[in-house]
Amino acid sequence: MKNILIVFKKELRTYFNSPIAYVVITLFLLLCGYFFIVPLFVVGQASVRHVMDLFPLLSLFFVPAITMRLLSEEMKSGTIELLYTMPMKEEEIIIGKYLSGAALFGMCVVATVFYPIMLSLIGKVDWGQAMGSYVGAILLGCMFSAAGIFSSSITKNQIISFITGFVICFIFFIIGQTVPFLPPFLAKTVSFIGVTSHIENFNRGVIDSRDIMYFLSVSAFFLYCTLAVMKTKK
Amino acid sequence: MIQLENLTKYYGETHAVDSVSFEIPLGQIVGFLGPNGAGKTTTMRMLTGYLTPTSGTAKVLGLDIIENSLEVRKKIGYLPEMNPVYDDMTIPEYLEFVAEIRNIEKEKVTARIKEVVALCGLKDVIQKNIGELSRGYKQRVGFAAAIFHNPEVLILDEPTSGLDPNQARDVRELIKELKKEKTVILSTHILSEVQAICDRVLIINKGRIVADGTTKELASMVQGKELVHLEIKTTEDEKSVEEKLKSIPGCETAVSKGARDGKLGFEIGAAVDPREEIFNLAVKNKWTLVEMHKQSVTLEEIFRQLTSQ
Repeated sequence: MKNILIVFKKELRTYFNSPIAYVVITLFLLLCGYFFIVPLFVVGQASVRHVMDLFPLLSLFFVPAITMRLLSEEMKSGTIELLYTMPMKEEEIIIGKYLSGAALFGMCVVATVFYPIMLSLIGKVDWGQAMGSYVGAILLGCMFSAAGIFSSSITKNQIISFITGFVICFIFFIIGQTVPFLPPFLAKTVSFIGVTSHIENFNRGVIDSRDIMYFLSVSAFFLYCTLAVMKTKK
Repeated sequence: MIQLENLTKYYGETHAVDSVSFEIPLGQIVGFLGPNGAGKTTTMRMLTGYLTPTSGTAKVLGLDIIENSLEVRKKIGYLPEMNPVYDDMTIPEYLEFVAEIRNIEKEKVTARIKEVVALCGLKDVIQKNIGELSRGYKQRVGFAAAIFHNPEVLILDEPTSGLDPNQARDVRELIKELKKEKTVILSTHILSEVQAICDRVLIINKGRIVADGTTKELASMVQGKELVHLEIKTTEDEKSVEEKLKSIPGCETAVSKGARDGKLGFEIGAAVDPREEIFNLAVKNKWTLVEMHKQSVTLEEIFRQLTSQ
């Protein structure tokens, strides 16, 4: 437990010692800001809905970009040998790294809480719905981070890691959109596998334990795969 | 105390380390020699828990490297080959990270960092990112991290590679300093280094131990003859001197090296040390002996013979 925290702190420090964290947060807020400002001033609509709808799409690019370095970089530079020969379990290293990636994305998301707060000064904000959306976005970030660290474990090359991570996340993202074209007996399963149906519940302000379980179990699955990959490399 | 029992590692079909067994008692410095790809690094990686052996096992201070992997890692300080470092950390940041993982009490960390930084000569560069340091300083950072928790066993994979002669000497001094209370295994390609600091030499080739002993013991293992260099001042001609030298009992070869400044040079190979006989011969023939020395078998020679088969 303590070791997880040590690794988590070290990784977060690496993000903030290098330009990665600043570039990621700035770009994320720029894009969110655009989609917040346009409806507000052009359409005259005081809603954070547009920003919330954007989160899944943004996390599709941002999360693999954040997590691509987690294991690939250490394998390439050889520093993984330092970690592996210190008195820590592989599980602790992987979970610590995973949490740091998820936390950086979480920071991006939480930074946008500024928008509903600002809106509440000039109008009425549906806080229940906003809360649901934020919980959903963070859980989605956790799940994509797990997929991201998995793709980072299979290669030394960060570009390959990014592309693999992106494709895995994209499959989970797009599969829900195909539901209308599927025969009814498949539709239900496929819609459950995809992230879209679960995110929609959160965006309506419904926090359902089934949706939470979905995100957590997919995350656990990818973390387990990461551990398996790292163990076979020994 | 380190014990290896039939430690084996296969990479697919290749036998990187093939059933290696040896024992190292406490307080010994062991030099691990071998050509590139002989299995030195793989053996060290198995001892430090980075790789899992295919079969066989090893014990470090009585703890099994597979069953008690975490405990073993606590007792070992390890400097990996090529010395990987975290480029974007400063030295104190990195050492604090090491201190946290090594579970060193908070109050002692600052003092220990100071101590290690002084010991490894890192004071001048303390605030730089590790990535900005030169190769020699990076090596010292790796070394500082390896000895930080005052481990009982030190495993150093090529600790002096890439260092200039002064830095290499500093590192050797440091290892000698630590020797008093620690068991050290180090691999290297610099044979004079082994002669300078190691109590014992292990030579590994193609995954197997081919020699084990002190440098002196190894020298006697290598078959060969005594070689004596000779320079003589005489009025006799080369041929007749050569004939006379060849008549020495036990002399196998006498090769003329030609004349230089009125002196004749010879190289004599014999089964037993022929120096006394040569001296007597010189006195008898009234030759002036300008130079005579026995060429000792070097570690280089031993290494070449054992690993080139």
